[in-house]
Amino acid sequence: MTKKFLKGFSCHLFLILISFLSLFPLLWLLSTALKGIDENIFQYPPYFIPKNLTFENFTGVWKKIPFLLYFLNSFIVAGFTVILNLIFSSLAAYPLARMNFKGKNFIFTLILVTIMIPFQAIMLPVYLLVLKLHLVDSYGLTAGYLGLILPFAVNAFGIFLMRQAFLTIPKEMEEAAFIDGCSILNIWFKILLPMTAPTLAVLAIFTFIGSWGEFLWPSIVLTNKDLYTLPVGVNDLQGMFSANWRYIAAGSIISIIPIIIFFICMQKYFVSGNSEGAIKG
Amino acid sequence: MNNFYKKYIPYMFIAPAALMLFVFFFIPFFQTILLSLQDFSTDIYNPSFTGLNNYKILLTSREFYKVLFNTFLFLIFVVPVLSILPLIVAIFINQKIKGVSLYKVLIYLPVVISIVVVAIAFKWMYAQEGILNYFLSLFKLNPAGWLTDTKFAMFSVALVTIYKGIGYYMMIYLAALTGVPKELYEAAETDGANEIKKHLTVTIPHIMPTIALVVIISSISALKVFAEIYVMTKGGPLNSTKTIVYYIYERAFENLDLSMAAAASVVLLIVILIFSLINITFFENKRYKL
Repeated sequence: MTKKFLKGFSCHLFLILISFLSLFPLLWLLSTALKGIDENIFQYPPYFIPKNLTFENFTGVWKKIPFLLYFLNSFIVAGFTVILNLIFSSLAAYPLARMNFKGKNFIFTLILVTIMIPFQAIMLPVYLLVLKLHLVDSYGLTAGYLGLILPFAVNAFGIFLMRQAFLTIPKEMEEAAFIDGCSILNIWFKILLPMTAPTLAVLAIFTFIGSWGEFLWPSIVLTNKDLYTLPVGVNDLQGMFSANWRYIAAGSIISIIPIIIFFICMQKYFVSGNSEGAIKG
Repeated sequence: MNNFYKKYIPYMFIAPAALMLFVFFFIPFFQTILLSLQDFSTDIYNPSFTGLNNYKILLTSREFYKVLFNTFLFLIFVVPVLSILPLIVAIFINQKIKGVSLYKVLIYLPVVISIVVVAIAFKWMYAQEGILNYFLSLFKLNPAGWLTDTKFAMFSVALVTIYKGIGYYMMIYLAALTGVPKELYEAAETDGANEIKKHLTVTIPHIMPTIALVVIISSISALKVFAEIYVMTKGGPLNSTKTIVYYIYERAFENLDLSMAAAASVVLLIVILIFSLINITFFENKRYKL
């Protein structure tokens, strides 16, 4: 009994330590953001609880930085990236899972090959391409958004994931519908998609997180601050408030509130273990 | 439904995705190779074909060797830790104890937070008069220039990547751990194995394929590191944290040296292709079976 207790105790001790380490950098940022202007944020020994707790840094940085706009931009870009990925992936996955046609294996192999091509190695030609297609923000807001969204509108991994999901659905379902005179598009939309809703949800959530946090591509293509997404806007804080760590900290904390709420609401998809397939994307 | 129409249905379903992949993956892929064979230095709008000359320049430049060395160093810092530490965490989480979901959520949290914010949080801890140097002072150590000293900078950047990756790989390990048969642990227990020995003799051999997989995917993502470096050091001090993607970024978008950027991109492509092929041949061949 004591042995069992000791084992449980040491497990908790270790996991509390790891959880604490994983929260610490963010909590330290929060602590700095809450410290008043008369407090020394470089004081040794450092202290965690602000002596004059204040929200002035938050209101101050909020007035200077259009967080709502950045939030909206991130939401538009991530939202459309998710919708396009869901549509394109589930459309392409249907024949790959269900139909026999010429060149099927060749097409599927070509799609899977793109998983091996890292975006970082082709970003220069992709940039030249969006310039040529006039999909950059100097041609207007819509063009700017499209330039942010389209290069990530399809992901071979999503096609693969949806194909796997379609394969698990019994064929009889479609055959019955087909005999009833249902069109192929209707079968896809009214039978296959609802039955693979959990996979679609996992694909949507992980695509959303990926797009929401994307930094490299927006920092390359964006020139107009009106189109900044959250990561680009937050990185910009460093230049704007170079020595004012209270503002940088407060701005960083503001920027992660939406994703933390999203994470808490969707936590079962992240930590259930069913999403093993998706997190490997 | 007539047969003519039916014959084209599969292609119509695939067409939108195929078009996007063609435009945003295959064309840029071949164009990267094409750009790497052209010289843009005299006239950026009218490049001339130079064969493999760009590679000759790239592979004889000291800077690029430094970049390759840095990328390798970063990989050596990151991959062993990200292959082992998340496994240990996963084994602890996999014990039958209360509050496991809370631990999982807290440890996974850094994965969903933007890398830019994580890098800023670490930059703040790395400050000259920051909290980490305070801990050093407790041990009577001199303050370290975490991001300003060429000896430490790459290590400090790697720590950020490790911090953000633990939860991600922990989830992969947790999924693998559920596949280890319980009877094996019981058998080991009756043989008198202690906790550590039990995992060394049962868990590790059983999930070896997953460990190998994590080594490969964490290597591939280490080769692609960018945001941490951009936010914290911009490749400095003295190029000590300049890795290959940062080099490509700098050449392409700051120096407009398209030739070198493209040649370095091809080098990156080849290295990642090797890792991916190892992955597909040995670990994921069942996954992608037609």
